[in-house]
Amino acid sequence: SKSSKDTDDDHEPKQQEKKLPEHLEVQRTRVVCKADAPVNTEGFQYASAFSAMGIDNSVSAEKFCKNFKVEISRLTEDDMEFDMIGIDASIANAFRRILIAELPTMAIEKVLMVDNTSVIADEVLLHRLGLIPLDADPRHFEYMSENDVPNERNTIVYKLHVSCKKGSPWLTVKSGDLEWLPEGSRLPLASPAQSRDKQKTYTSFSRSQNDILEKPLGVKFKDITIARLGPGQAIELEVHAVKGMGKVHAKWSPVATAWYRMFPEVVFRKEIKGDNAEKLVKKCPVNVFDIEDLGNGEKRAVVARPRACTLCRECVMGPSREQVELRRVRDHFIFTIESTGGLPPEALFTEAVRILEEKCERVISELS
Amino acid sequence: MDPQQPEPVSYLCGDCGAENTLKPGDVIQCRECGYRILYKKRTRRIVQYEAR
Repeated sequence: SKSSKDTDDDHEPKQQEKKLPEHLEVQRTRVVCKADAPVNTEGFQYASAFSAMGIDNSVSAEKFCKNFKVEISRLTEDDMEFDMIGIDASIANAFRRILIAELPTMAIEKVLMVDNTSVIADEVLLHRLGLIPLDADPRHFEYMSENDVPNERNTIVYKLHVSCKKGSPWLTVKSGDLEWLPEGSRLPLASPAQSRDKQKTYTSFSRSQNDILEKPLGVKFKDITIARLGPGQAIELEVHAVKGMGKVHAKWSPVATAWYRMFPEVVFRKEIKGDNAEKLVKKCPVNVFDIEDLGNGEKRAVVARPRACTLCRECVMGPSREQVELRRVRDHFIFTIESTGGLPPEALFTEAVRILEEKCERVISELS
Repeated sequence: MDPQQPEPVSYLCGDCGAENTLKPGDVIQCRECGYRILYKKRTRRIVQYEAR
C-alpha cells in the first residue's frame, strides 16, 4: 500500500545522476565482512555527507517509494521468505519486533481443573496447554480486560475429558483431544440456589459462537502431546482462551520465528583460477561457488549462489583471503516469517505494517 | 450437607488400586486384597489456574 503514494516522476532532479566514487559507494551501501570483524557497519546517516560532491544523501518519501521493493521467494501455508529491498534496518527490525511481540493472537489463559490424576503436575500441564497454537482468527475477537465478563466475543472455551481405562496400555493425550464448546463453559459457577431458568456457568455467552464464526474453531496441530495417562488416570478440565500479545507472554506470539538477514554479496577482487578455484569451491560449506570452464583446460571460480552464504568467513580466511570479499547489502533484507497458526504469514506481515502505521499516526497526532 | 449422616468417602487401595467406600469407624482395609494403606482421592472441586 505504501508504493501507491504519488510521486513527481517528471521532475527528477538531475543531480541524482551523479555517482559516488566506487569505494565510497561500497562504504555507503555495503557492510564488508572481514575475517575478524565487519567494517563500515554504521554507514552514512548524515543527509549532507556528500554535499561537497553534489550528491544528496537525505532520506525522503519519494526516494523510498522509488526504490522500495518486495520480492516473495517462498510462501507456504505457515512459512514465508521474502526480500525487502530499499529499507532501513531500523524499520525492518521494527517489523520483526512487532511480529514477535505486538500482534494479537488467541491463546489459552484460564484453566479450570476438575480432575487431574495423571503424573504430570497441574502447573506443568496448564503451562503446556497455554502454549498450544489455536486455529482462531484473533481479528474476530476482542480483548478481555480485568472487569469484563467472559462472553462469546472475547473467550473461546475448550474442554479436555480424557481417561485411561484400567487394564489398558498408556494413553497419550494429544492437542486434538481438546473439544471446542461454542456454547461456552459447561461448569456450574456455584451450587444453584434455586433451579430457575438457567444454571450459571463460568462464561456468559448470549449466543453460540457457531452463529458468529464462519468455521468451527479447533487447534492448529492435532498431534501435540499434552500428557500421558496410565491405567486408571484421568484428566478433566476446561480451558478459556483469550486474546493477548506476545509482550505479555510468549504463548500469544503469532510467529515461531520472525527473523531477517542482510543480503550476502560475494565479490572476487582478483580472478581465482585452476587449483585455487577447486580449493575454494570445496572450502565453502554451502556451495556458494561454482567452477566455470574457460576452455583449453582453464578453470575459474564464479559466485553462483551468494544467497546461500551464511557468513562463515571460511573463504576470507586462508590462502583465498586476498581475492575474496564478503559483503552484506545494507538495505536489502531477507525476511523469514514462520506462523504458528491463527493467521497465514503474509497476513501477519500486513498486520505488522498496519500496526507500525498506527504507531506513526499516534506520534504525528501527539506532535501536532 | 447433613452433619448427622456423614457421607461415605471413597478411597483408593495403595496396593491393588480398588475403590473402597469407608464410613467413620470402618476398619481401614481394602475389601479386595486386605491391604491396609488407603489413599484419599483428589478433590473434584474446580481449581482455577492461569496458563502461564
